[in-house]
Amino acid sequence: MEKEEVLNQERAPIYEALEKFRHMRVVPFDVPGHKHGRGNPELTDFLGQQCVEVDVNSMKPLDNLCHPISVIREAECLAADAFGAAEAFLMVGGTTSSVQTMVLSTCKRGDKIILPRNVHRSVINALVLCGAIPVYVNPEVDHQLGISLGMQREQVARAIQKNPDAVAILVNNPTYYGICSDLRAIVRMAHEAGMYCLADEAHGTHFYFGQGMPVSAMAAGADMAAVSMHKSGGSLTQSSLLLCGENMNAGYVRQIINLTQTTSGSYLLMSSLDISRRNLALRGKEVFAKVVDMAEYAREEINEIGGYYAFGKELINGNSVYDFDPTKLSVHTREIGLAGIEVYDLLRDDYDIQIEFGDIGNILAYLSIGDRYQELERLVSALAEIRRRFQKDPSGLLNQEYIDPEVVVSPQEAFYAKKKSLPLRESEGRVCSEFVMCYPPGIPILAPGERISRAILDYIEYAKKKGCSMTGPEDPDILHLNVLDWEVE
Amino acid sequence: MNFEMWFSEFHAPDVKHSIRVKRHLFSKKSDYQQIDIFDTPEFGRVLVLDGSVMLTERDEFIYDEMITHVPMAVHPNIQDVLVIGAGDGGVVHELVRYDQVRRIDLVEMDPEVLEACKTYLPENASRLDDSRVHIYFDNALRFIRRCKEQYDLIIVDSNDPFGPSEGYFTREFYGICYNALRDDGIMVNQQGSPFYSHDADAMQRSHKRIVSTFPISRIYQAHIPTYAAGYWTFGFASKKYHPIDDLNVEAWKKHHLKTKYYTTKLHVGAFYLPAFLEKMLEEVEK
Repeated sequence: MEKEEVLNQERAPIYEALEKFRHMRVVPFDVPGHKHGRGNPELTDFLGQQCVEVDVNSMKPLDNLCHPISVIREAECLAADAFGAAEAFLMVGGTTSSVQTMVLSTCKRGDKIILPRNVHRSVINALVLCGAIPVYVNPEVDHQLGISLGMQREQVARAIQKNPDAVAILVNNPTYYGICSDLRAIVRMAHEAGMYCLADEAHGTHFYFGQGMPVSAMAAGADMAAVSMHKSGGSLTQSSLLLCGENMNAGYVRQIINLTQTTSGSYLLMSSLDISRRNLALRGKEVFAKVVDMAEYAREEINEIGGYYAFGKELINGNSVYDFDPTKLSVHTREIGLAGIEVYDLLRDDYDIQIEFGDIGNILAYLSIGDRYQELERLVSALAEIRRRFQKDPSGLLNQEYIDPEVVVSPQEAFYAKKKSLPLRESEGRVCSEFVMCYPPGIPILAPGERISRAILDYIEYAKKKGCSMTGPEDPDILHLNVLDWEVE
Repeated sequence: MNFEMWFSEFHAPDVKHSIRVKRHLFSKKSDYQQIDIFDTPEFGRVLVLDGSVMLTERDEFIYDEMITHVPMAVHPNIQDVLVIGAGDGGVVHELVRYDQVRRIDLVEMDPEVLEACKTYLPENASRLDDSRVHIYFDNALRFIRRCKEQYDLIIVDSNDPFGPSEGYFTREFYGICYNALRDDGIMVNQQGSPFYSHDADAMQRSHKRIVSTFPISRIYQAHIPTYAAGYWTFGFASKKYHPIDDLNVEAWKKHHLKTKYYTTKLHVGAFYLPAFLEKMLEEVEK
């Protein structure tokens, strides 16, 4: 295969192979058993003939995700080229699987990894799987907004100095709220100390294509990045990309992926990655310029209502907010006397508007390539109405605060240890063996191996009372927590 | 002519309404919608947006009169009026007949509709240059959000709720309208047909939203041949005036307006609804 031909971004090899396959009218005596939908007419009715027809199995003309050598490989090369990476892997287990692969590819049992505490649960899950030890860099907190910011350079330097044996540093690029750390500097520090730098870019796909965006992980020289194509990139839910820089051994990374990834990779997901990559490579610049314009417009309109604060680039401070993702529409709601989660619920229940999440002090509306101004007008008007109808005195509202975690044992040790269930309030002072988080955003309040403090229990009860949807513990009502069955000093 | 040309519109997935066409006068895709104007033997010129009939020269008087004179005969002193949509000018045509009206703000998102109507439905659009009329090409949600207690009447003359007008059937829209009305203000909107299930569901949903926004909210009806089922409803939502109890027959008659559909007797009758519709409304009024 000529390199020129492979790197033509107008091509979409998986999509093209599937189209060809459809036209050949191949008789299926292989899985899936619905046989192009015939065996499941109700499903075919629901999803559409064209969709079930390309829900097919790996085969020679369509390649194999576990060991790609033809069209999937070509799609991966095109993705790597489009994202400026040395290697790209199509992932079908969500960005969770990409994050997991980053950690498992760089950390072994007992290795230390430096990371901010406001990581997604998938990162700590990966630590449970491999037995690595987290070294948390406490993010700076914006006390007015009650949100965790990025990692400061000095804090990262200190963590490296104190833990020279750490093997990797993981960075959110950006956080759920759109906040970026100084990624270039952190990459440099990591590499100088002989550590890998990993980036969770679940919310950063557009950094690779839009103009005036924060730096992308690959451009900053990071070693690996987990990119949620299905978030801002427009591919199907559960599809994701894993990117690698020059320093990574791609063959080893593939082996790590194959430890846990399905051997029946979905062609719906893979073709959606392929087609979305093509779209972004060809039209990403204009598309994201429009998204930024919409977000800026919405910010202005929301700030004009009064009470709300839709924050943006003015938060940039050169360090803990090194940059801000202009497509993120986060709104601080506390000044109108409502918790973010209350505004989130009102938008859905009274106005049929579903936003990404609401937490204690903020809401986040996710803007992406599918948005239009007419729906933004609805969102802004609904926020104006919520203020008119429900505004109250904000005193008495808890300000969301970052609570420093005390890591007592490794997540893996805590997760697999002998444990017992205690009523919530009796668990104070014990070591938790499970996660507690509001989902979304899915950033743990407690992770396995951390000590349960009164402040944490107060926070959990307040978040429950305000209507946050809490997940993690074995007890779905979160009246009990699992703790280690032994007291730890 | 040895072939027939017909314009057809689905009134329901299994029901089609067809009008014979003499000539297709205008066709254009604007930023918001597909705009077409036909000349037809029975209905005269017909304006079609995204495949749905908006008005015909033959029967539009019913719509325009019923959406305008009903609130005008209830509120004794309507001076400032906001009209949403209505780029065809039909509603404005009725409104300018009242001398007491001192300002009519018309907010239409699509300038192309207005242009097309000026050219092909000139009689309709003829009163748009009345000095009291101010035309704004804007999204109505954005426009009204900035208004506070400044109108006596808001007329929502929108397309159906399944296209670019979807935002005009939402709770946030009714809320900002409430906020833009003076404390004795009235909002009248087209509420669609209650007959076919798709339309009926949408009508029920928007009625529910209006009921939760305005203290007084009633539905009234009219027969409009070219709309779905030939059977149309309007919403009368008000902060103070009741559409029947506060009907001021004497005052309205003093205007000496000639109408083809509206009468003050019909006004009252239009609020008496068939049992199935009453039941539909009661379900969401609880």
